[in-house]
Amino acid sequence: MKKKTALAAASVLVASFALTACGGGGGGGSADGRGDITIWYSNNEFEVAWGKQMVEAWNAENPDEQIKGQEIPAGKSSEEVIGAAITAGNAPCLIYNTAPSAVGQFEKQGGLVDLSAIDGGADYIEERSGDIAEQYQNTDGKYFQMPWKSNPVMIFYNKDMFTAAGLDAENPALSTYDEFLATAKTLVDAGVAPNAILPAPSSEFFQLQFDFYPLYAAQTGGTQLVEDNKATFADDDGYAVADFWSSLYRDKLSAQEAFQGDSFADGAAAMAIVGPWAVSVYKDVNWGAVPVPTEAGTPADETWTFSDAKNIGLYSACENQATAWDVLKFSTSEEQDGKLLELTGQMPLRTDLSTTYADYFAANPSYELFGDQASRTVEVPPGPNTVEMMQTFRDAGSNAVIFGKGDVHAALDDAAAEIDDIATKP
Amino acid sequence: MAATDTATRTPVPTTGPSGGATRRKGRLLGRNPLGLLFSAPYLVFVLLVFAYPLVYAFYIAFHDFFFAAPGAQVDRPFVGLDNFASALSDPAVIRSFGNVGVFLLINVPLTVVLSMVLATALNRVVHFRTFLRVSFYVPYVTASVAIVGVWLFLFGGSGLVNEILGPLAPDPSWLISETWAMPTIAIFVTWKQLGFYILLYLAALQAVPKELYESASTDGAGAIRSFFSVTVPGVRPATVLVLLISTVTGANLFTEPYLLTGGGGPNGASASPVLIMYQKGLQQGQPDVASAIGIVLVALVLIIALLQNRFAGERD
Repeated sequence: MKKKTALAAASVLVASFALTACGGGGGGGSADGRGDITIWYSNNEFEVAWGKQMVEAWNAENPDEQIKGQEIPAGKSSEEVIGAAITAGNAPCLIYNTAPSAVGQFEKQGGLVDLSAIDGGADYIEERSGDIAEQYQNTDGKYFQMPWKSNPVMIFYNKDMFTAAGLDAENPALSTYDEFLATAKTLVDAGVAPNAILPAPSSEFFQLQFDFYPLYAAQTGGTQLVEDNKATFADDDGYAVADFWSSLYRDKLSAQEAFQGDSFADGAAAMAIVGPWAVSVYKDVNWGAVPVPTEAGTPADETWTFSDAKNIGLYSACENQATAWDVLKFSTSEEQDGKLLELTGQMPLRTDLSTTYADYFAANPSYELFGDQASRTVEVPPGPNTVEMMQTFRDAGSNAVIFGKGDVHAALDDAAAEIDDIATKP
Repeated sequence: MAATDTATRTPVPTTGPSGGATRRKGRLLGRNPLGLLFSAPYLVFVLLVFAYPLVYAFYIAFHDFFFAAPGAQVDRPFVGLDNFASALSDPAVIRSFGNVGVFLLINVPLTVVLSMVLATALNRVVHFRTFLRVSFYVPYVTASVAIVGVWLFLFGGSGLVNEILGPLAPDPSWLISETWAMPTIAIFVTWKQLGFYILLYLAALQAVPKELYESASTDGAGAIRSFFSVTVPGVRPATVLVLLISTVTGANLFTEPYLLTGGGGPNGASASPVLIMYQKGLQQGQPDVASAIGIVLVALVLIIALLQNRFAGERD
């Protein structure tokens, strides 16, 4: 009896910890519906400020179609919160924090509205974002996300550390891999910082966006990791990028252990690979920024990088989708994009950014490089299996590149073969 | 148990049709129908929060399943054992089961031994008793997320532990070493959970008759002999409970590899099955494969629990 009770208790205990699942209910939105809507935006202070002023501006002009703005609820990640909300049928109308890597899954879940199906939807997106909008289509050429803003990733460097190491801080030699490695070695040998650069070497799938991917985008002139359901990186360009990072880890110019804190702000690294959001964060550092390096060196105005974009999704649970579409257009208007730039320092994904907001860039020259770089950004590959492909790549990369286990080129070949299979899964 | 047996044997009068109805009602509702009422809320809770998800997880594991929006037309065909085949042919999944095996081999015995010894010591201590009990309990009630930060500083490459060890510090350091990452996590979890298990043993120790210690002392047993001959057998039910709970919670390891080793690194050396379930089920949109992993995990833990109960439980 006691044994049975104990086993039954253990069964329930195990099951309760290991297995939890939830199913969907009923609901759904109307394409023609008009009325009040709810939107979620990111919880960082700058985007909250932008979100609040946008909501106020809209509400003042539209008393019958009011917006209720909320910060996205807390969770392990925004994507999990959104995924749960889609399944539960209580997603808001618009979310201004939709990661492109999760859009394929949200679409598969039936959680997103096809913006191309809205009258003039595709035209509006392409008119605003130009050719770069194409990267945000799904594999059928439809838009289930509105390209909103990017954080083009570049190399930040600490001018004071460069000067202390005897390097030219105004024109740093960081253009080619050889230059970068030599500069990194000089910095570490001089003892100005324990690491030359320290992107997170941990295993999360998204970390490749801040080491391999920006350099791969630059090296290839804007090639995605996966194109037409085939991995692209198992070639000389991919090998060159992986070898570059491998050298940094092997020569102890980058630590294999994640830094607790911000390595650049805390002086644990002389360089960082980040987007323009960091400008307001690194106020206490005398920094400069240059494009990411390539094997042969590429002029700044021709260098590509990773976008680190966040987009807007119109969710199918929305009852008043017509209002939501109007709000979406209002919030991505030239005026609101200008406010976004001004309040957050992040780059609206629109054409002619540098000329449209020339006054802003003249007043804030530190953002000028990013404004120019924003027109040459690469996005993660589309589809429902993006995260699985990225995790596969990351696992292979961690093993060979960061920890030096096995042959780097063979690891990329194996990852490419595996990703080819994943990419064709429905 | 004895009282129940006696009651069962008590003859029930069976005079006429009303007596039969009472007997049938009694058989249906038991001897204390009011008890059902009192236990109903928890029963409903167990059914809704534990049993339903378990059954649903079985359903998910045998179908081509993904979470969908309400009203979305999705096809979820029965796929037999495909999800299990997919899970078990993934080297990362197999490795995660090996990892958690290493974890349990370190964590469970260490938990049992340390909590029993410390509870015995705490039971005898006269001064600072409350302070010591609270000290052991604080890590248990503190959020892992907060404590992980402290351990990252302790066991980081340039952390306090390595500073003390000097040239003896492992290279690569604890949390990025394929050899040391999982043992470090096991020690962390042991330390964090210890307060709870000490509490269980302290409660069990109160039930060990003092006369047994006196008899053992009269027979010439010292403190160590008394510990092994009186304390250990006396707290055996608590030991079984500690074994079961530490195994079950250990098999569900997630937070520590998620936070302490940056997502199960290095090279998946500290990835646990639940971490892989999280990656596949929530991040990669494959709850079907994740459920299959969960079912396998449940089965394995039940087998371990059965063995623990068989070999460590009471023989009656």
